[in-house]
Amino acid sequence: MSSSQAQPSDSFIHALGRFFIELILELGDLTLFGLSLLKSLLRGIPKQRVILGCMYEVGVRSVPVVLVTGLFIGMVLAVQTYDQFASMRMESRLGAIINVSLVKELGPVLAAVMLAGRVGSAMAAELGTMRVTEQIDALRALGANPIQYLVVPRFLACFLLIPLLTVMADAVGVFGGWLLSTTALGIESTFYWHHSNKYVAIFDVAGGLVKSMFFGAAIAIIACNRGFHCGAGAEGVGRAATESFVLSFIVILSLDFFLGVLISAVYRLVYAGHAASVWLDSTGFVGGLV
Amino acid sequence: MSAAMKEPFSKPLSSHGPDEPIVEFRNVSRSFGSHQILRNIDLSVIAGETLCLIGESGCGKSVTMKLMMGLMAPSSGDVLWDGVSIVGRSDEELVRDRLRFGYLFQGAALFDSLNVYENIAFGLRQNTRMSEDFIRETVMERLKEVGLASTAAYKMPSELSGGMRKRVGLARALALMPDIILYDEPTTGLDPIMTDVINTLIKKTRDRRPVTSIVVTHEMSTVRKVADRIVMFYPLSRLKPDEPQIVFEGTPEEAFSSDDPRVSQFVYGEAGERMQELMLV
Repeated sequence: MSSSQAQPSDSFIHALGRFFIELILELGDLTLFGLSLLKSLLRGIPKQRVILGCMYEVGVRSVPVVLVTGLFIGMVLAVQTYDQFASMRMESRLGAIINVSLVKELGPVLAAVMLAGRVGSAMAAELGTMRVTEQIDALRALGANPIQYLVVPRFLACFLLIPLLTVMADAVGVFGGWLLSTTALGIESTFYWHHSNKYVAIFDVAGGLVKSMFFGAAIAIIACNRGFHCGAGAEGVGRAATESFVLSFIVILSLDFFLGVLISAVYRLVYAGHAASVWLDSTGFVGGLV
Repeated sequence: MSAAMKEPFSKPLSSHGPDEPIVEFRNVSRSFGSHQILRNIDLSVIAGETLCLIGESGCGKSVTMKLMMGLMAPSSGDVLWDGVSIVGRSDEELVRDRLRFGYLFQGAALFDSLNVYENIAFGLRQNTRMSEDFIRETVMERLKEVGLASTAAYKMPSELSGGMRKRVGLARALALMPDIILYDEPTTGLDPIMTDVINTLIKKTRDRRPVTSIVVTHEMSTVRKVADRIVMFYPLSRLKPDEPQIVFEGTPEEAFSSDDPRVSQFVYGEAGERMQELMLV
């Protein structure tokens, strides 16, 4: 993101105007970058060796961090919700709230945030360094399309592997929540699973995975775009990595909200049979979500 | 070299007339934001010559090279290859014609994640259907041409010295047998012996087959050794609005005997009144 530095003589209106102009330019640039990526994707996929290298970096090497995060989130959810549920004498239903929260929200969002931090920043820094050292120009000079060669494999790795990482985060989160609830909090395992089974639908899991694919696509596009527009020197590379993470984080949370609204609407339309109320509910956001 | 590799070249070098420009700039200007680097440049590169672009740092020599190869578009004016404009053509349209150029980048720009062999083979794998055996043969031949042992082929760029990186960069630029070779500061940062090695390689490359060479350099030893013709750029910040940015065009002998203090100070490495300016800052 280009810096919108306020000038000493700026009025508030000037600064606001400059901010919005830069925001629109950035969005336009990201859109054009996404379109050239789409064009390259339609032209064909890169060589297997290149894609597998990216998949190893994005997928395999992210597994430990995603597993640890997922495990602790499951346990934290159990600890944080137990007292409220116990005060209503509903502690046996703890499994429902932990698992619904995990598969619908926390699993996909946390896996995406981990990916944005671990992989997105590294991608922005790597491509930024390639730009600064003229390696991207060298690719073009040697007849390669940098989007095709550098961005497409990273995009595919993020887009295809983030659902698998989300499944892992969900699974260890569910395990962590169950472990803490049944050992430290004294909840009967049978009731825990009974209520989990009753309240967690396959649609919830699928919804979370669909969201994660959008998150993966956004992370790859933002990280590669920041790398390609990296400023000069070590400072430029560092800034590209930071901007990549911050922008990805904001976009993940924004997408999570809008996709959450959309998926809820689809759920009601397909499963609950409330077709007529979908439009009304989704336009009244909060009512549609509850 | 296979016929398939020669396919992108629209016009073989041998078919050029003696004074026919292979690359031409017509009134080219280039700015970055509000900062203008090049202003109204007219320049022709004649097929088969070795042209040296000299001038102070920041006067637009490297930008000129990127404009020549179509890696960058001019803000205004026209760039022509064999008399045909390339301005406004997309990267997809230019990619095959661009293979007639070889580019030795300032810092060599070797791909960090690939070893020496893969770096040199990159263009061949990307643009030809050569067998791996033929690619291996070509890579080893290019390594030998730049004076590197075959054992260097499996080293990573991070394991190479500055001189070796430049030589690998040159081997990579030569792999596709280009008609035009662009050298961006090929000897900067090298010791005098390695500088002479690179200068000799530039000459040998030209002697081996008829290529057009364009060399951006600050090193007058390079200019003396390789140049047929010199073009000197001057920083816009030091020129009046109506003064041309190219302050000298001629042979090395003419440059060394020039009366223009801007040219003589540069070629003899004398700061002159510039020293006083710096002291005042």
